[in-house]
Amino acid sequence: MVIKVSDLPEEEMILPGTRLCSGCGIQLAYRWALKALGPKTIVTNPASCSTVCGGVGGYTPLKVPTFYCCFETVAANAAGAAAALKAKGQDKEIVVLAWAGDGGTYDIGIQGLSGASERGDNFIFSCVNNQAYMNTGIQRSGATPYGATTTTTPILGKRQLNKNMRKIMEAHGLIYIAQTSVGYPRDIYEKFRKAREFNGKGVRYIEILGTCPPGWGFPTDQSVNLAKLAVETGYWPLLERIDGKLVVSQPSKRYLDKSKRKDIREFLKGQARFRRLTEEDIKVWENYIDAQWDEIRAELEKQGDI
Amino acid sequence: MVRTEQDIKFERKVSQTILASQQSVAIGEAGKTGEWRTMRPILHTEKCLVVKTGKLSCNLCWMYCPENTVSRAIPPEFNYDYCKGCGICANECPAHAIEMIPEKDAPSSVGEESATGETGGKF
Amino acid sequence: MPEQKVLTGNHAAAYACKSANVEVVAAYPITPQSPVVEKISEFVEAGELPNTQFVTVESEQSAISAVVAASQMGARVFTASSANGLAYMYEILCWAAGSRLPLVMCIATRGLGAPWTVWTDHQDAFSMRDVGFIQQFVESNQEAYDTVLMSYRIAEDPRVYLPAFVSYDGYILSHTMMPVQIEDEDKVKEFLPPLKPHIHLTDFDNVRSVNPVTPPGLTVRPEGNTPGYYEFRYSMQKAHEYATEVVEEVAKEFEAKFGRSYGNGIYKPYKIDDAEVLIFAVASVASESRGVVDKLREEGLKVGLISLKLYRPFPIKHLREAFSKAELVVVFDRDVGYGMEGILAAELKTALYAADHRPIIRGFIVGLGGRDITADQLILGVKTAIAEKDDRTVQQNTHVDFIGVQLEELGFKKEGM
Repeated sequence: MVIKVSDLPEEEMILPGTRLCSGCGIQLAYRWALKALGPKTIVTNPASCSTVCGGVGGYTPLKVPTFYCCFETVAANAAGAAAALKAKGQDKEIVVLAWAGDGGTYDIGIQGLSGASERGDNFIFSCVNNQAYMNTGIQRSGATPYGATTTTTPILGKRQLNKNMRKIMEAHGLIYIAQTSVGYPRDIYEKFRKAREFNGKGVRYIEILGTCPPGWGFPTDQSVNLAKLAVETGYWPLLERIDGKLVVSQPSKRYLDKSKRKDIREFLKGQARFRRLTEEDIKVWENYIDAQWDEIRAELEKQGDI
Repeated sequence: MVRTEQDIKFERKVSQTILASQQSVAIGEAGKTGEWRTMRPILHTEKCLVVKTGKLSCNLCWMYCPENTVSRAIPPEFNYDYCKGCGICANECPAHAIEMIPEKDAPSSVGEESATGETGGKF
Repeated sequence: MPEQKVLTGNHAAAYACKSANVEVVAAYPITPQSPVVEKISEFVEAGELPNTQFVTVESEQSAISAVVAASQMGARVFTASSANGLAYMYEILCWAAGSRLPLVMCIATRGLGAPWTVWTDHQDAFSMRDVGFIQQFVESNQEAYDTVLMSYRIAEDPRVYLPAFVSYDGYILSHTMMPVQIEDEDKVKEFLPPLKPHIHLTDFDNVRSVNPVTPPGLTVRPEGNTPGYYEFRYSMQKAHEYATEVVEEVAKEFEAKFGRSYGNGIYKPYKIDDAEVLIFAVASVASESRGVVDKLREEGLKVGLISLKLYRPFPIKHLREAFSKAELVVVFDRDVGYGMEGILAAELKTALYAADHRPIIRGFIVGLGGRDITADQLILGVKTAIAEKDDRTVQQNTHVDFIGVQLEELGFKKEGM
């Protein structure tokens, strides 16, 4: 059920005039995640672009209480905050959000995330994934996709596929896992609302594909368009896993049909980071996308949904 | 520098007052980010869908603005104090009602009364 | 009613956590601290800690991160570790101090790898000296229990707001059973009133964020200027400078309430009144030194001991006073400040540099990695120091003396032997 734009809440949780780049996908994600969660939210945020969004010095544009933490520790911080709320009897009304980038999720942060997931700590873990360590200058991460140039894969482009973080999180048996994209703010909004409703049921994991104009190499006005193309090419399916059941989100449903998926080149060609991709590399992309949807199809069939 | 009673009192006071680094909420944390712009969005109200329908029917510019400088209003209003000129609104507007014009050609500049009003979203 | 128990140091620490009404505990097992975590788990699952959340974290780094977060949320917290686990916490320990969080944790001291060791020395505790925690060493399991309670009182004092370590020797205390009186909970509550945090993350009417990037300079805005990093760190150092008096006050309060004291709360003197030679040491080294003092006095040597309890803030004034009459101080370090000398020796020299009276200070390294420290080793150290105390060349020696290494048995021979 897709919510109408006019029904979305008005209250903004981030005041304008932040330090983030013009056209930043992360800021768009943050805006909608916080709108969905509302004021009774406590955020913990490790070193990432979002830390810079939060302000340098004594003032912040964020209207929710946020405490910053060391890069690798966001999940443990969220676990501790959730424990404190429980000890004080405030865990029903206040939700804890761990807001991390791909570094703080896939790489340096993975240990803490895995531990918290296994324990069933009570918080929402959100990875806003711009597919490299953007805050420190566009270095490759475990989330950087195949062939992308970064400042640490500057000439050859990344030779490895990115980690499949969704599968890693699914292996932890979380009650709610979701994949979304800044091309779809309403989808972000709905998924965070759902995650909040699962309060008390362990870690809820939401990964948001966030576009990055300087890091990906595209003009700022393409930020939302590329986030949509990622979905329209079938590369980044919008989906949920709710208590073990796979649910493909409405905007992605049509891409079960391969003929409806746009050519991946449309997504790749608009980004300077993919300028070194050969035809062979693009084949790797195409195979990845096909395999991904074959798996989704197989699972939906097994569930009896198609 | 001999440490006096006042010095001691002063140091105690500071050590008990300056504790953890904390922040208060404020708009324009990075200053007037409208100054970053090289291009400015201008709304052609005659093309705008919410203006034409008189309802909050579209408002994609409001939805897609990362900076929160477009209001959900009829017509949408742009906060030029903070708008960074990314152009997402113009690119996503289904009615092509928003035009990006060079900032130097803009009718007014940051700090003065902006063309379509002061505030963006409701804060 | 207080309870008389016979407990290991680890269990004494666990009972202290229980007595202190801690709200959030997160700890990861490491030899020789593991029984602390086990005992707390037992309390939790037996329903004896109904108001405590126990997070069974997957690493020490997560342990300290979880309690730092909980502390920022206003909860009283506890954790414990040793050596490599403590080292794994290092980044976040600095974060705790820089946030002025009143968290208390135990160190069951152990040598740092490499090579691997599980046995005690004091390197792990001393390696934390620049982080900004209040640090105390103890010599008995009762003292461990008591010092944890005192540490909460000190750390949470609004004149202080600094995190605190309580260090007890791995194995020697952690695994050795001693009588410990566990105090009545209500009495402890009187001694330890509820924590008044200085961070209020759940105050949604006055939203504030904590620990952002804080630049070198002030943030200047019409709403009000805010400090730069430098001011926060200045404040932290100054808090240490004025914390010593709070430590003394709390020690007196503790004595009044529970009837136990440990010297003046800063150091424990033993037979110092007429001492010409003073031994300076902490923890297990100090414990062993007491028997050594007695033995040497039987031989007519006027030896005494200053067993240091408060290591950070380093109690410079107290030490200048304590050593104001000694001719010779023998420092035994169960640690090395590599590239320099024993840390306690170096820091005593710093403290006494500007003293009106400067004794000769002679340092020795002993007992690293759990090498047994015998009375004979310490006697050798004291007697050597006495014999050589007027030898200027010895005083100016820049090479560190170790007692107790067994190099001959490894086939090393000095030339000409």
